Amino acid sequence: MNKHVQSIAVPLIAVAIFLAFWEWLVWVNGWPTFKMAAPSDLPPAYARHWDLFLTMGWQTLWRTILGLLLAVIFGTLLGMIMGFSRIMRDALYPLLVGFNAIPKATVVPIVALMFVGQHDFNTVLLAFMISFFPIAVSVSIGLSTLEPEYRDILRSLGASQATIFWKIALPKTLPEFFGALKVAVTLAFIGTNLMEIVSPHGRGLGALFDSGRTNSDFPLMFAVLIALAFLGIVLYYIVVALEKIFAGWAERSPG
Amino acid sequence: MENLIEIKGVRHAYKTDAGPLPVLDGLEIAVPEGGFVAVVGPSGCGKSTLTRLIAGLMKPDHGEVWLHGERVKGPRSTVGMAFQNPVLLEWRSILKNVLLPLEIVPSKLSKKEAEDRARFLLSLVGLEGFEDKRPSELSGGMRQRASLCRALIHQPEVLILDEPFGALDAFTREDLWQTMHKVKEREPFTGVLITHDLRESIFLADQVVVLSGRPAKTQYVLNVPRTRTPTLDDLYTPEAAEQLNILRHQIQVAQGRTTEDAA
Repeated sequence: MNKHVQSIAVPLIAVAIFLAFWEWLVWVNGWPTFKMAAPSDLPPAYARHWDLFLTMGWQTLWRTILGLLLAVIFGTLLGMIMGFSRIMRDALYPLLVGFNAIPKATVVPIVALMFVGQHDFNTVLLAFMISFFPIAVSVSIGLSTLEPEYRDILRSLGASQATIFWKIALPKTLPEFFGALKVAVTLAFIGTNLMEIVSPHGRGLGALFDSGRTNSDFPLMFAVLIALAFLGIVLYYIVVALEKIFAGWAERSPG
Repeated sequence: MENLIEIKGVRHAYKTDAGPLPVLDGLEIAVPEGGFVAVVGPSGCGKSTLTRLIAGLMKPDHGEVWLHGERVKGPRSTVGMAFQNPVLLEWRSILKNVLLPLEIVPSKLSKKEAEDRARFLLSLVGLEGFEDKRPSELSGGMRQRASLCRALIHQPEVLILDEPFGALDAFTREDLWQTMHKVKEREPFTGVLITHDLRESIFLADQVVVLSGRPAKTQYVLNVPRTRTPTLDDLYTPEAAEQLNILRHQIQVAQGRTTEDAA
């Protein structure tokens, strides 16, 4: 078996074994579909609700992406403020850590009550709130740990702070930024879904999941989970592709 | 002869929680145009502070730093710097790294001329064929060579070298010493070298300044007479042994290991 075939075949076989085990588990226990779903129940679930999956999936996706974009903008700005100013770092860091320590599930009802009915806004807000933290922290650490020699090289030539930022500090922080963005993608999905599930008369895949839950429709619930996983994987690899383009230099060939 | 670099009665202290920490106290250094001064002294005696003063990155509390008849008040583009850490930008090719200062300093060179000059400097230090490599693909010695080219690309009057060979192995270091002489013949500059290596100081410099322990003042100045470009063999002559002996003794005095007066 050559390397190329192996790199595709091995993961495929692993997935097949996993699905077979799952199917067997449901079959051997004789669980009905209102107790547990088997992989073979999923294609019918998709077939029955495919139009819902498309519209709801799109809603979940655009809200997550919008929340993530806001998190990138706000997180980067916050990270820059904390990275460049010692005083601002001392002032903002405890606030940030405290805010991040609050389990976001408890924020959901508050946000849902405060902006009742504004479902899109709520969802985007939560996706943003849950995902800006790692970005802010990584950008601030990347900027504040810049070796002084890097600054000196340009400063000794009379370069301005802005030039130093664009030419050195920003590109040097990109690997850390993308590392954080990979974490943030997953977190933003959690945020979107928390709101979609909890908020009444919601939309998106989270709401679809919730309607499956109220009907004990396990095939639908699992179909939603797998659709969510699919979206998550797609977004994750988009970030990986962006990372290759903008911070590919940080990747070292082994050896 | 006019001195290109003149440091007159410089005193400087860092502010710490425990009060001011004086690092330089009564520093006097004069380097003529085209000269090469090496500054040696016990560690922590303010040698790096000195480089930052000359580069205009810091202002001394007292005293004056003059470059080419002008008092240094801030950074100036006529200075090139290289450090122990080569600080190359990993996301740029070697050629683009060398060209970096020209993106800051106004230059009369066209893009093509600038590139030709960068290629010339790289070939001068033995990096021909590595122009398009990334810094991570180069060894430590090669990175330091590239860093040297970057320091020289904008034809600075003054080249400040802050222990540039400190992290290299002995053989690579000796290679780079010879490269330095080669570079200086083709690209004349006035040099300030901070080093811990006494052999390096007498091999490269024509004037070795020994600083006293903190706070540092000029303790001793050794002139190294030069009639030709030295070879590594010159380091094993009786004259070299004598010079090294004097410097070693002065360093011991600076460290306070001997009570004998330096003079």
